[in-house]
Amino acid sequence: MQNRTVVRILLIFALVFTTANLSAKESEKEGNGDLKTEIKEFIDHHLQDSHDFTLFSDKEANKHYGFPLPVILWDNGVKVFSSSKFHHGETVAEVDGNFYKLYHSKIYKTDAAGTINYDDHHHATNAKPLDFSITKNVVSMLLIGLLMFFMFSRLAKSYKKNNGIPTGVGRFLEPLVLFVRDDIAIPNIGEKKYKKYMSFLLTTFFFIWLLNLLGMTPLAVNVTGNIAVTLGLALLTFLITNFTANKNYWGHIFWMPGVPTFMKIVLAPIELLGIFIKPFSLMIRLYANMTAGHVVLMSIVGLIFIFKSWIGSPLSFGLAFALSILELLVAALQAYIFTMLSALYFGMANEEAHH
Amino acid sequence: MDKLINDFSFGLFFWQILLFVGLLLLLRKFAWKPILEAVNNREEGIKNALESAESARKEMQNLQADNERILNEARAERDGMLKEAKQLKENIIADAKAEAQTEADKIVAQAQATIESEKKAAIADLKSQVAGISVEIAEKVVRKELDNKDKQLELVESMLGDVTLN
Repeated sequence: MQNRTVVRILLIFALVFTTANLSAKESEKEGNGDLKTEIKEFIDHHLQDSHDFTLFSDKEANKHYGFPLPVILWDNGVKVFSSSKFHHGETVAEVDGNFYKLYHSKIYKTDAAGTINYDDHHHATNAKPLDFSITKNVVSMLLIGLLMFFMFSRLAKSYKKNNGIPTGVGRFLEPLVLFVRDDIAIPNIGEKKYKKYMSFLLTTFFFIWLLNLLGMTPLAVNVTGNIAVTLGLALLTFLITNFTANKNYWGHIFWMPGVPTFMKIVLAPIELLGIFIKPFSLMIRLYANMTAGHVVLMSIVGLIFIFKSWIGSPLSFGLAFALSILELLVAALQAYIFTMLSALYFGMANEEAHH
Repeated sequence: MDKLINDFSFGLFFWQILLFVGLLLLLRKFAWKPILEAVNNREEGIKNALESAESARKEMQNLQADNERILNEARAERDGMLKEAKQLKENIIADAKAEAQTEADKIVAQAQATIESEKKAAIADLKSQVAGISVEIAEKVVRKELDNKDKQLELVESMLGDVTLN
């Protein structure tokens, strides 16, 4: 079992570096200065969501390998079409007499020529239809969701078949489930009330962790490094915390017990602000950690191709390798921190008065 | 911050919430609840098994203590019985001895009494015999001496001198 895990980790690394090679091939023949901007663009592009699932592209032949994804727009009615119509942002897509153009991973409404108007800050001023497209990140979340459902429903079934003892992958998953229960939920929320939060905590932990890990693969998805995704997760923590909070919690916010009245008045707005700051910090922490990890790792992988020397490239390679290991740790750590802090907030919301 | 807001995609947010909540509900029904229940049941089972093992161990200990106690009691009883028996034996022997003694004393006393009476009878018999003999002698003497008066007297005197009364 352990050996297999090691082999899997090595396999992931191998894949990570293969993508790095692919990205390098795109720009091998260009100048060094171009290469730098190219790498920067590649990283930028990688960090962002995209409307098609491109595995790799060949810039010279101007070919993209991957598959298009459905675009769903709300623009006076639902418009559904394949993202292949955009040709990776090169052409204007015409749907029901409307013209849309993909610009910096966003869809803008344009005229037939695809003109983009800019304001003083070089921001596009064109109208943006509401975009409900099944993007790369949505597909990734769907895949992870399916994977999770498959894994854990099988674990649940294996208990019935095997008299309460898990089999196969379940033997690896069960300790993780127990870890969330015994080291995250119970110490932070308490023996009495942890049960109703378990579903959220478990789902969050595995969802974030698996998506973080998926970000380490050459599929090059950056779901947990996307502010919309972390906002969604943090918002759920916020809602659950405040909707399950007891009297004592609200008492501590609006009328802090045990301090003079003047202080009570001063503390109330600060505490009220705290309600929002807590989930906000959750959102930013996960977003920033994952984004920073991806940027640093990809930059160092990029350095290999910038140095192109016998000393620099192996050095960068070693550094990238070490960082990849660190990122694997960070992937689990960020999932743990997010879940842990959520549990902590739930615990606060359920604390009984002890004065 | 500007970049963050610019990067924010409402569509992705919408799908994320939808997928996540859907996943949460599905997993809760098909995975988390059965898993946590199974684990809980198992832990409960282990706890119960440990408790029953502990109680069985205690019971065993009690049983052993009981056995020991019963054994000790039996031993004490046996000792008591042995002692009693010994006492009884000694008593019986002593009683027997005492009885034998009195019996012997009685027999001896009886024997003595018999001997005494026998002796008395013998003496009486002897006396009567002596009297008879004396009468006979006297008869003979009388017969012989009647003719010779002096001689008769002489004989009587000599004979009486020979017979000693005992």
